[in-house]
Amino acid sequence: MKTIKSLIILIALSAGITSCSDNNENPMPVTENPLEAYNLTSSFEANGHMLELYSEKEGLTTGYNELYLQIKDLSTGEYIPNATITWNPVMHMTEMSHSCPKSEISVTEEKTVYKGFVVFQMASNANEYWELNLEYSFGGTTYTISETIEVNAPTDGKKTVNVFMGADDARYVLAMMPLTPEVAINDLSAVLFKMESMMSFPIVEDYTITIDPRMPGMGNHSSPNNEDLIYDATAGNYAGKLSLTMTGYWKINLQLLNANDEILKGESVTEENESSSLYFEIEF
Amino acid sequence: MKSNYSFRAKSACIKHPLVVLGLCLMSIFQSKLQAQEPIGFQTLDSILTIDLKEVIVISSFKRSIEHKSQPNPLSTLDEYLESSKKISMVKRGAYAWDPMLNDMTSERLSITIDGMRIFGACTDKMDPITSYVDVSNLSDVQVKSGQQGAQHGNVIGGAIDMRLEKSNFKPLGWTAAVETGYETNNTSQIVGGELNYSDENFYLDNDIIYRKAENYTAGGGEEVAFSQYEKYNLSANAGYKVSDDQKLLASFIFDEARDVGYPALPMDVSLARAFIGSLSWVQSNFIGNLENWESKLYANTITHIMDDSQRPDVPIRMDMPGWSDTYGFYSQTELSFDNHRFMGKIDGFYNRSLAEMTMYPNNPNEQEMFMLTWPDVRTLNTGLYLEDKINLSDGILKLATRLAYQSFHVADDFGLNSLRIFYPDMDQRQTRTLKSVSAHYHKQFKKWHVSGGVAYGDRAPSVSEGFGFYLFNSFDNHDYIGNPNLKNEKALETQIKVTLPLDNLELGLEGNYFHTWDYIIGEIDPALNEMTIGADGVKIYTNLKQANLYNVSMDMEYKFTPELNWSGRVSYHRGTDHNGRNLPFISPVDYRSQLSYAHGSFSGSVTLSGAMDQTNFSPTFGEDRTPAYTLLSLSLGKTFSLGGNTLYVKAGVENLFDTYYSTYSDWNNIPRMGRNFFMTLSYAIN
Repeated sequence: MKTIKSLIILIALSAGITSCSDNNENPMPVTENPLEAYNLTSSFEANGHMLELYSEKEGLTTGYNELYLQIKDLSTGEYIPNATITWNPVMHMTEMSHSCPKSEISVTEEKTVYKGFVVFQMASNANEYWELNLEYSFGGTTYTISETIEVNAPTDGKKTVNVFMGADDARYVLAMMPLTPEVAINDLSAVLFKMESMMSFPIVEDYTITIDPRMPGMGNHSSPNNEDLIYDATAGNYAGKLSLTMTGYWKINLQLLNANDEILKGESVTEENESSSLYFEIEF
Repeated sequence: MKSNYSFRAKSACIKHPLVVLGLCLMSIFQSKLQAQEPIGFQTLDSILTIDLKEVIVISSFKRSIEHKSQPNPLSTLDEYLESSKKISMVKRGAYAWDPMLNDMTSERLSITIDGMRIFGACTDKMDPITSYVDVSNLSDVQVKSGQQGAQHGNVIGGAIDMRLEKSNFKPLGWTAAVETGYETNNTSQIVGGELNYSDENFYLDNDIIYRKAENYTAGGGEEVAFSQYEKYNLSANAGYKVSDDQKLLASFIFDEARDVGYPALPMDVSLARAFIGSLSWVQSNFIGNLENWESKLYANTITHIMDDSQRPDVPIRMDMPGWSDTYGFYSQTELSFDNHRFMGKIDGFYNRSLAEMTMYPNNPNEQEMFMLTWPDVRTLNTGLYLEDKINLSDGILKLATRLAYQSFHVADDFGLNSLRIFYPDMDQRQTRTLKSVSAHYHKQFKKWHVSGGVAYGDRAPSVSEGFGFYLFNSFDNHDYIGNPNLKNEKALETQIKVTLPLDNLELGLEGNYFHTWDYIIGEIDPALNEMTIGADGVKIYTNLKQANLYNVSMDMEYKFTPELNWSGRVSYHRGTDHNGRNLPFISPVDYRSQLSYAHGSFSGSVTLSGAMDQTNFSPTFGEDRTPAYTLLSLSLGKTFSLGGNTLYVKAGVENLFDTYYSTYSDWNNIPRMGRNFFMTLSYAIN
């Protein structure tokens, strides 16, 4: 019911936006959209521009979201290249507001396309919503826009983000980067952030994330030749190898270790302990 | 998972009064086993005695001989093979026993049907090739030990060639037969028939056989659950004489078994189906002085589906289908000059082996789990075999060599990625060179025949050994992972055989010794975790530095009178690796004694067989001590004239004393059949 309500609002909003578009005598020249293949999750009109937000997924979900932006100049119909954009998603909860881990927005090879990622710790609901605040500048002028966005739990119901308090009393957000799992040794990456304040989530460096993938539906067996996730400074994330010996449902049990190899969160899987409190799930 | 059966040793007491009575009443019966040539078609040739092959006669164009010579004519092919000197069988159920030669399993052998290479489609070896043919298709089985089997392929242990029965242009016209048999122990019903036409220019043989059996009962009355089977087999064989010395031959076999139980394993088989076909050209004069040119083109395809739906208690349900397709050819010819007899053969085959495993989680919301256990491995092999039999002044020398190239290609990306979890740098393709060289000498001193030989050969790993992915072995309770980096297994063998054929007595002594390098076997990898629920661990196929296997056997045959004949044999086997560890599946001392009588329309036999305690067993490979046992079987046969045609009746009892026993090669110690009464009727129409 909530989803339908939000959907109606979104449709109404989109309808409202599109209906307010320019109505020139001459039809606009059709500009090719480099992000044709992606899903347009939201678009906001403001300041005579249309801001488009794209994702590989259908919509915005909890966990890691790789997003692409484009700014269309409504008067010319052209996409604006080489703008500088910053964003700040904020969750307005009943008691308080907080932001989330996010990357910088950078321009891609295609000058009109910008990309970055956001890790949403929770989904929107009836009383609490996410708001995306964007500040963009080009041609000497800076513009701002604030719009509500909808964030849902992933359609497959699999857990890809962990929000927790470590043994050091610090709050962390650990999210799995997109993975197309195969029966093979897969490259697995994750992002780790520490919550310093409501609005500040800096990247955590030089920790270690151990992985122990298991199949709970089949005697909780694991797989050989996994490699723990270690920090990659150039990428700003943690990379390792995930070994999957068959298709099906896997729970990737994790343990977070700080730079001194002290366990901050997560337990090892033993005969008595079937899974860790820190984990990712995949099913394929 | 290992042993569900308690073992109570009970050996037959020879002093039992019934035995004495039986011996008095029973008539002797011609030995089922022929040590020399098959009866019927082949002409005796002095050079043939050098062929160290054992021939197991299944049938003969002369039905009367066939019926007299076999204690239980409609027994399964497995039972025929088991009577052989060198073949022993690994049994996982009542059906589809896995032949071993010189204590070596199928990876080290070549098993062919009329020279056609064929490979099973089951990762767990539930479908040895012998299960895709039936006695109705075959005339005999030729068993060649060690490198003497190199004519068929690159082997270590030897070659078993099952030869199809053909009318072969004998002017018999139309002949037909109907057979039926019944066995009490597992209420097994057998029905078969054949319809043949043969004249000097054309022949067409057709036969069909159907078998159905329920669970069997071990000695003492304990029913062995999941040991039922049902199968039928049809075959057709045709030949056309294009000209006096040119013949075109074709053969086709269709074999299908359904609902086959394997009591020793956690799964059964819902379907095992094979289509086997070939086309050959035989020409007596080839080019120049080359003669007996035979070329054959063949194809076979096997589908095998394992299924555990009949088992009430499984940790997780799974479907495991497998497929094996082989396409091949060979072309051979002979040349005689001076005292040499050359034979040259080129051959090749292409095999595709694929097997999957789908597991169904208990949580219905979870997706199924899928794995490729045989990752679509394509094997391409081409080889050249050369042989020369030289008639020397004081003996016959046989020299032979084979050279082959074999390539493996993992065709499926999913499968390749699975193996790359263990072997990240594994190539998708690999080639191997395989060789064999042998020398064999036979000499006759007065009445003694002495032959001996030395040979060297190697073989490539099998699909399971090289590329298997988590194959569960219920015998030692471990998952097995293949190793594409395995070195070829090599063996140096020597063999010596001495026979003394006197007028009424024939004595033979034979010894085979194999010194192997890089013996392929699975070894535990403690770093790996098992995948199969309940398994004890994971083994990876590796090369053992060295392993030695040898067997010595003594056999005797004595003709009391032309009708009464006694044969006996005893054999000893041993196999150890370089650390002195026992290898698995090495037979303990075994023995067999048979008294047969044949006179006129009457025939009969008494057979005593058994084994001593298995003390040299291998605990690392899941073996335990198998106690000694002795069995007694009797049979009686008579032919009647009925309506101008002949009716053959055979009846008898196997395991007369209902002994509860299990042999060293019974997977997971499943007990063998208890007392079994059988009767077969065969009506031949001419």
